[in-house]
Amino acid sequence: MNNQTSREVLLEVKDLSQYFRISRDKVLKAVDHVNFKIHRGETVGLVGESGCGKSTTGRTILKLYTPNTGNVYYRGKDVFTFTADEDMQYRKQAQMIFQNPHSSLNPRMTVKDIVGAGMKIHNLAKSKELDGRIEALLRKVGLNKDHMSRFPQEFSGGQKQRIGIARALSVVPEFIVCDEPISALDVSIQAQVLNMLKKSQQDLGLTYLFIAHDLSVVKYISDRVIVMYLGTIVEEAVSEDLYRNPLHPYTQVLLSSIPIADPEQVRRKKRRIVSGEVASPITPPAICRFVSRCPLADQVCREQMPPLREVEPGHNVACFKV
Amino acid sequence: MPEIILEVKNLEFSFRTYGGVVKAVRDISFDVRKGELLGIVGESGCGKSVSVQCILRLNPEPPGFFEGGEILYKGKDIVKMSNRELRKIRGVEIGFIFQDPMTSLNPTMRVGKQIEEIFVGRKEVSRAEAKQKALEILELVGINEPERRYRQYPHELSGGMKQRVMIAIALVGQPGIIIADEPTTSLDVTIEAQILDILKELQEKFMTSIILITHDLGVVAKMCDRVLVMYGGKIVEEGPVNAIFYETAHPYTSGLIQSIATLDTSRDEELVPIEGTPPDLFSPPVGCPFAARCEYAMEICGMMMPDRTQVTPEHYSACWLLHEYAPDVELPAVVRTTEAEEITPSPEQVETEERV
Repeated sequence: MNNQTSREVLLEVKDLSQYFRISRDKVLKAVDHVNFKIHRGETVGLVGESGCGKSTTGRTILKLYTPNTGNVYYRGKDVFTFTADEDMQYRKQAQMIFQNPHSSLNPRMTVKDIVGAGMKIHNLAKSKELDGRIEALLRKVGLNKDHMSRFPQEFSGGQKQRIGIARALSVVPEFIVCDEPISALDVSIQAQVLNMLKKSQQDLGLTYLFIAHDLSVVKYISDRVIVMYLGTIVEEAVSEDLYRNPLHPYTQVLLSSIPIADPEQVRRKKRRIVSGEVASPITPPAICRFVSRCPLADQVCREQMPPLREVEPGHNVACFKV
Repeated sequence: MPEIILEVKNLEFSFRTYGGVVKAVRDISFDVRKGELLGIVGESGCGKSVSVQCILRLNPEPPGFFEGGEILYKGKDIVKMSNRELRKIRGVEIGFIFQDPMTSLNPTMRVGKQIEEIFVGRKEVSRAEAKQKALEILELVGINEPERRYRQYPHELSGGMKQRVMIAIALVGQPGIIIADEPTTSLDVTIEAQILDILKELQEKFMTSIILITHDLGVVAKMCDRVLVMYGGKIVEEGPVNAIFYETAHPYTSGLIQSIATLDTSRDEELVPIEGTPPDLFSPPVGCPFAARCEYAMEICGMMMPDRTQVTPEHYSACWLLHEYAPDVELPAVVRTTEAEEITPSPEQVETEERV
């Protein structure tokens, strides 16, 4: 969790783009030439506002979409050229926890079937052992044996999310994409789920790609943070670095927009306010995506797209003005 | 103390469902003062939305019904009002901003018409005046090119724009009270900051009272003068915003404060969650609704609802711990920091002109 520079690269995303054609001449560039690496055992936070492509990135990595350009390498091999056997392995090793627990569990399956399905498919347990394994998993996420024969609608949001986590953990994965796993939950329940995710990581040595829009949560859980804006990465750094010294104007705005639960601190804090809204991701021009809202923007920003470059060791920014 | 303009007394509101009667709001009392920003915080299902919707009678009746209580506005009880009387209050004297701007605007009506709708049938405002007011209000909530926006349909606007239109609709009749039900929950943080700033600015400008419902303690800290904390259909704590954060007097509020990850939370710290889940309001607990999840719960807590107890002159909490026979307990609260201890990035304030 600490020193990741010397660590093995588990997943590498190279030049990944995911476009959606929305009419004959309009293309929505959800993810546009994105590069990053995830090392074994670390948690990478992926933040940005809605529509910035963070979920699409996570989904493409898991092969839920076929990308328009670029590759995703898992342990050095391209996931889109996997053989059937390798593919089966990958789908076991890489799991996803979905944002909305109310819509990501099959309402016609019992908890036992939901959690057990993956284990059956991957032959991880004999039918005799299956019940015991499911029970152990449920206990790990704070549920019990009595819940096994129930249906998802009998549970609260927090409990459903635990079932989702149990399902992801059931196939002994290495890598989990957590797509806003707590944003649909109540405040008092969020901490329960966060703690559980942290504990599972410690116990099982998991690697997380943690997608969220809540910067406080991302800071709490991540080793490294990637900030996305309109399909591109604008900043990437070790968590402490990014929060102490945000370099990209967008990151600065994002950080100072967080509502702080401390009335006096709020009153003292001077804020960086940005007006305007996110531009459209539909056929965007090849210039800086933040240019329309950026206080520092000038001619060069309107003509070229800033490349992601290393400003300090491990701290990458895509901005001409830094 | 400023004048009280709305008084809710012992309000009880329930819904008849196939599963039985859900007691959504259970005996709550509070008042709204002139020009204040009153926050109501709580989790989903705690009754915060239902209780404010009672003020304008927006809950469907049936299945909803009043089990008791009164809501006094200008000497009259809203609970007993006829539809005709209610129509004179809705939007005109008390405005409402809904949570989800995506679904609360009429998709088949131009934005301008929706804002003007409040003047329809009111002889004192002519059509031209109504349009003029709509354009002014659009400008006021930070929408550029109001003339163009006036003619557009909701689907042509972004989420933040739609929420501005919602605020415009609530404001155009210049009501004395605005109820904002989670106005920024569905928006992104940078847009949320803009919308909250507008609300605060307009509130100060018109001396409007705002009831702001939220589940986000950060929003409360930024916006509110006074706060009600709701849990299980009841108000558990009530007081000025500083008292709620720094001198927390209810274990639920304290638990909420501790369970959120803030920017100051260190990665090695474990968050302190509130274990368990909120009570089932089909059969609400007899005693304190929080007793089952409370780490300080005593025997009495499960048996009787504690009284609303005064902590300091403006600060009340409904907790048995405040009883004279209860043990002394120090509830964790937000620790006040001094200016020197903070590490705040980017001190200068930058405002750029609006470009969309």
